[in-house]
Amino acid sequence: MSKAYSEKTEETIKPPLTSVGVIGWIKANLLNSWFNSLLTVATLYLLLKIIPAFIRWAFVDSLWMSTGAECHQAGGACWSIIPANLRFILFGFFPYDLQWRPLVAMILLVGLLFYSQNRNHWKKSLAYLWIFGLFIMGLLMKGGLFGLTSVESAQWGGLPLTLILSVFGLTAAYPLGVVLALGRQSKMPAIKTICVIYIELIRGVPLISLLFMSSVVFPLFLPEGITVNKIVRAQAAIILFTAAYIAEVVRGGLQGMSRGQYEAAESLGLNYYQTMRLVILPQALKIVIPPTVSILISAFKDTSLVVIIALYDLLKTTQSVLSDPEWMGFSSEAYLFIALIYFVCCFAMSNYSRRLERELDTGH
Amino acid sequence: MNEEQIEKPATVDDDDIIIEIINMHKWFGDFHVLKDINLIVRKQERIVICGPSGSGKSTLIRCINRLEEHQRGRIIVDNIELIDNIKNIEKIRTEVGMVFQHFNLFPHLTIVENLALGPIWVRKVPKKEAEETAMYFLEKVHIAEQAQKYPGQLSGGQQQRVAIARSLCMHPKVMLFDEPTSALDPEMIKEVLDVMIDLAREGMTMIVVSHEMGFAKSVAHKVLFMDYGQIVEENAPEEFFENPQHERTKLFLSQILH
Ligand SMILES: Nc1ncnc2c1ncn2[C@@H]1O[C@H](COP(=O)(O)OP(=O)(O)OP(=O)(O)O)[C@@H](O)[C@H]1O
Ligand SMILES: [Mg+2]
Repeated sequence: MSKAYSEKTEETIKPPLTSVGVIGWIKANLLNSWFNSLLTVATLYLLLKIIPAFIRWAFVDSLWMSTGAECHQAGGACWSIIPANLRFILFGFFPYDLQWRPLVAMILLVGLLFYSQNRNHWKKSLAYLWIFGLFIMGLLMKGGLFGLTSVESAQWGGLPLTLILSVFGLTAAYPLGVVLALGRQSKMPAIKTICVIYIELIRGVPLISLLFMSSVVFPLFLPEGITVNKIVRAQAAIILFTAAYIAEVVRGGLQGMSRGQYEAAESLGLNYYQTMRLVILPQALKIVIPPTVSILISAFKDTSLVVIIALYDLLKTTQSVLSDPEWMGFSSEAYLFIALIYFVCCFAMSNYSRRLERELDTGH
Repeated sequence: MNEEQIEKPATVDDDDIIIEIINMHKWFGDFHVLKDINLIVRKQERIVICGPSGSGKSTLIRCINRLEEHQRGRIIVDNIELIDNIKNIEKIRTEVGMVFQHFNLFPHLTIVENLALGPIWVRKVPKKEAEETAMYFLEKVHIAEQAQKYPGQLSGGQQQRVAIARSLCMHPKVMLFDEPTSALDPEMIKEVLDVMIDLAREGMTMIVVSHEMGFAKSVAHKVLFMDYGQIVEENAPEEFFENPQHERTKLFLSQILH
């Protein structure tokens, strides 16, 4: 009986050729109205105009390993600016002979990040691994121990600085944001008020002004003789700023939780911290993964604003190269390269967040 | 429906009191939800509460484990008075199991993790032991094969049985049920009621808000009828259904029994 039925369904008439496959897809999506057809034609025209010209500039007429002078003669892209200045772009003013140190530190950091992606590795040992890794990284960057020459943090720059500012900025801002969100939901009026004021104040000012305050205004309040490292101050500003945004996103997730979840947890006898940690936050944080990652991505890109307080992050080192007369005028190439680095990082983040969402999906 | 009578202990002495509610009142803002509630529940006693929607049934049993706070009178559970002391409240919550209309399982945890959570974190039972207990109770509610699934993958009846097992894992002295079957499709009601009847047979003290009259008749020692925040009538099930005293009870019974 059921067999006869399935045989019969297999014999159903095929749809007409023009409604399936490539032709069908084009008809359904690109030419389904006169307006859409117009858009399709216009887009095709633009693509035809742009793509060949770009390929010609970027690949056919381009120079990859030349001096700046040769570049100025040629008409195409001057990618040579990157290999010729790579070490300065990546490491800034870090002593030339010692640049292997930030390189190793970065590899270590990226390696640790990759290792931490896997949720099976989220154990206590991972925390020790990070502490150890951070110690090694600090040692490599700063030196001064075990015969490593000491390097002032004022000389740090380029990609390591960008990575340090963002990795620490984001990892510190996230828990702080969660705590702020919980504080804002607190039944205790004092805590609630403090959190609300903090969040609203910080969200009311641009990051640039926070960076200015941390680098110019804040030191005025410090007692004489005490200085706080410039990088640390910028880092603090980034953390405080990002945390306020994360707090609001997390609050949204908390509000999405039904009262029943709190009640079920409480009626098992779980206390407030256990309820939050074991029942509410795992669900609420999962709901808000997409907006959280948006914030983290934009915070990552915003670290480039530290140029205004004269820190030599990746963007600033690139700009310095561009002010060298030999390479002046090749900003498109240099910025495309920087854009590529930023893109790879951001893409990795959003990719990972989607993977995490999938892995955490329990079908409810 | 299981109409067989389950043995009900005839005599009980006063040492056996497990819940005592004395002149208890509760307001939501200006709204007087519970008015002068007096109730004594003895060990192994099973009480069914019924009444029209909005009469305060849920609020009453939620007061017993302090999901709602009462404003006047006293509630004493297992010799501990429910007052603001947070330690008291947490202690009582470990002794009182609660089953909700909408199950309220933790959707991000597997079934066995749902069951082991309370024992591990509240009773500080080692994980392995907690999981063994979890499996024991899952078997009791006939659902052990679903242990590794997530709540979202189970039917309503299965979820409610898991919710009951989750409460049992804490070895509670009293179980509260707030309309445990009213969110279920008719064909799933029986599987949940059967589990509750098993529990009754084993002598669990139970307070059940329910309109399942068959269940009340076969399991309850006492049926309470609530209306407008008051306990209007309180009687043994036979008397209660055959011979209701108050007009409001008669009206209500005629409505639910057609
Ligand atoms: N948190 C609350 N705040 C204000 N009023 C509430 C709250 N919870 C319940 N009420 C009100 O208290 C009254 C009693 O509610 P309760 O849920 O106890 O009724 P119930 O008898 O369980 O009804 P049902 O059969 O519909 O579940 C209702 O009028 C309800 O609107
Ligand atoms: Mg109710």
